[in-house]
Amino acid sequence: MENLDNLYREIILDHYRSPRNRGELPSPPAIRTEGFNPLCGDEIVVYLDVEEGVLANIKLTGHGCSISQASSSLMSSAVKGKTIEQVRDVITTFKQLMTVHESTLQPSGEPVKVDLRAIGELAALAGVVKFPVRIKCAMLAWNTLSQGLDELGSA
Amino acid sequence: MSSFDARRVRADTPALARIINGQRITYLDSGATSLPPRAVIEAMSRYYELRHANVHRSVFQTASEATATYEGARESVAHFINAPGGAGEVVFTKNTTESFNLLAKSWGEANLSEGDVVLLSEMEHHANIVPWFMLRERTGIEVRFIPVTDDFRLDLSSVDELMEDVKLVSVTAMSNVLGTINPVKELAATAHAHGALIAVDGAQSVAHDVTDVADLDIDFFAFSAHKMLGPTGIGVFWTRAEILDAMPPFLGGGGMIADVRLDGYSCAGGPTRFEAGTPPIAEAAGLGAAVRYLEGLGMANVAEHERALTGDALTRLGLEFEDRVRVIGPADTTHRGGVISLDVEGVHPHDVAQVLDQFGVCVRPGHHCAKPLMRRFSLPATVRASYGPYSLVRDTDVLIEGLRHAIEMFA
Ligand SMILES: Cc1ncc(COP(=O)(O)O)c(C=O)c1O
Repeated sequence: MENLDNLYREIILDHYRSPRNRGELPSPPAIRTEGFNPLCGDEIVVYLDVEEGVLANIKLTGHGCSISQASSSLMSSAVKGKTIEQVRDVITTFKQLMTVHESTLQPSGEPVKVDLRAIGELAALAGVVKFPVRIKCAMLAWNTLSQGLDELGSA
Repeated sequence: MSSFDARRVRADTPALARIINGQRITYLDSGATSLPPRAVIEAMSRYYELRHANVHRSVFQTASEATATYEGARESVAHFINAPGGAGEVVFTKNTTESFNLLAKSWGEANLSEGDVVLLSEMEHHANIVPWFMLRERTGIEVRFIPVTDDFRLDLSSVDELMEDVKLVSVTAMSNVLGTINPVKELAATAHAHGALIAVDGAQSVAHDVTDVADLDIDFFAFSAHKMLGPTGIGVFWTRAEILDAMPPFLGGGGMIADVRLDGYSCAGGPTRFEAGTPPIAEAAGLGAAVRYLEGLGMANVAEHERALTGDALTRLGLEFEDRVRVIGPADTTHRGGVISLDVEGVHPHDVAQVLDQFGVCVRPGHHCAKPLMRRFSLPATVRASYGPYSLVRDTDVLIEGLRHAIEMFA
């Protein structure tokens, strides 16, 4: 069961059982973005309050498997209070973490190493890449957040 | 009374020798697709190795062998479902889904118009829903649904009202989520009494019990080879000869024509009118072998074997987990097949399936292409275990052990 323990780290189970930043924000002014995973029926709604270039508050609702729920909870903790630029950096890093197999090979052939120490609790999700079908579960919240930021940019 | 032995079926099935995560595979996903016996794989190899040629085209030896194999499969299928008009009523398609598209597009478009009703049920697979919605967009027909009761049966209490203006009833013989076996023969009588025809989705039922389309007195029947120990890529559409002969063609091209001139075309008769282009020849060889293999086992024996497994599983799941694991389907084996959908309290189906995978257990998490039914029971998804003729009580043992582990992990 070693594999399984790698996927379901204690931090993940903790965020699944007690998700952080659950709830809604009045929208507007908050940006409300919905994400779906039609294959497994997972759903998420991300609310973003941005003040002067800073993600002042983030709330999430929805339902899904432990990986999608824990990932969204971990994400909310990781990005809350950060500047939009910093949030985008975290998203980029997380996407790298979820795609080590394919797209991180640079032209030189050197894989980009994601510094696990620099990403705090998010590192707990590193085991997901070994379970390719679950990557989309982990990515759901992040893709929805990205979309929300894009809406902000175009607003 | 019978010589049926599931262990022998198991020994015939190479895919069951796989080791997954260090353990022998426990295959409980026959409802999604079943595992072919060696006889099926060899029949397909024989075609590729010895008589690979196109059908209905050439005069050379291997081509006529290929044609004989292909048409022989049609005979075998006709016999297997007891088609009253024989092989001439059996159309090869890609799968059940294509069979329903053929029905809606060809028969539906020619026979239904605005105001006509197609009566489905709330427990249908998307394959028997979406083609009707598409037809509705083109013709303005109404699509109506027989509700499902809280105990997972068709609610036929107001069927006479539901039948108003119905031209076609189209229902599944067995639910791929609930395991419920529907009273097809009664529904056929009801449909006919109201002047309607009846189509039946046999995707789940066909590999698990005797099929007799003549005795059921139905008008259309659809199923997939891959759910009955056969290969992927081939399915069956059956209808009575007089209906088939009046149906307009579906796809156009070679093989389905009698003549093509510069100013038009005329269609071939019989099933080939619906089989444009080079058909799935190797797959037909595999399907023919699958049918003969199942007939060798005896479908009544298969049904009895799977009923025993299902009864045992339902009892033990109840004893072991009580309310922690809810069976989404009939609680006993009365009019019920070996498809068991589970809702594990507090554990998402994806996570249940992931933990089970570590035990080498193959089950299916998800909505099983039956979203209206999932909505009916307010479930985003279930974990589904489904049996085949090669399944053993041992498979249920591993399932229960894995479920226990999943519950502990997420408790
Ligand atoms: C009841 C039922 N109908 C239709 C289908 C569709 O079969 P196929 O995907 O082979 O077309 C399935 C299989 O998933 C099924 O279980």
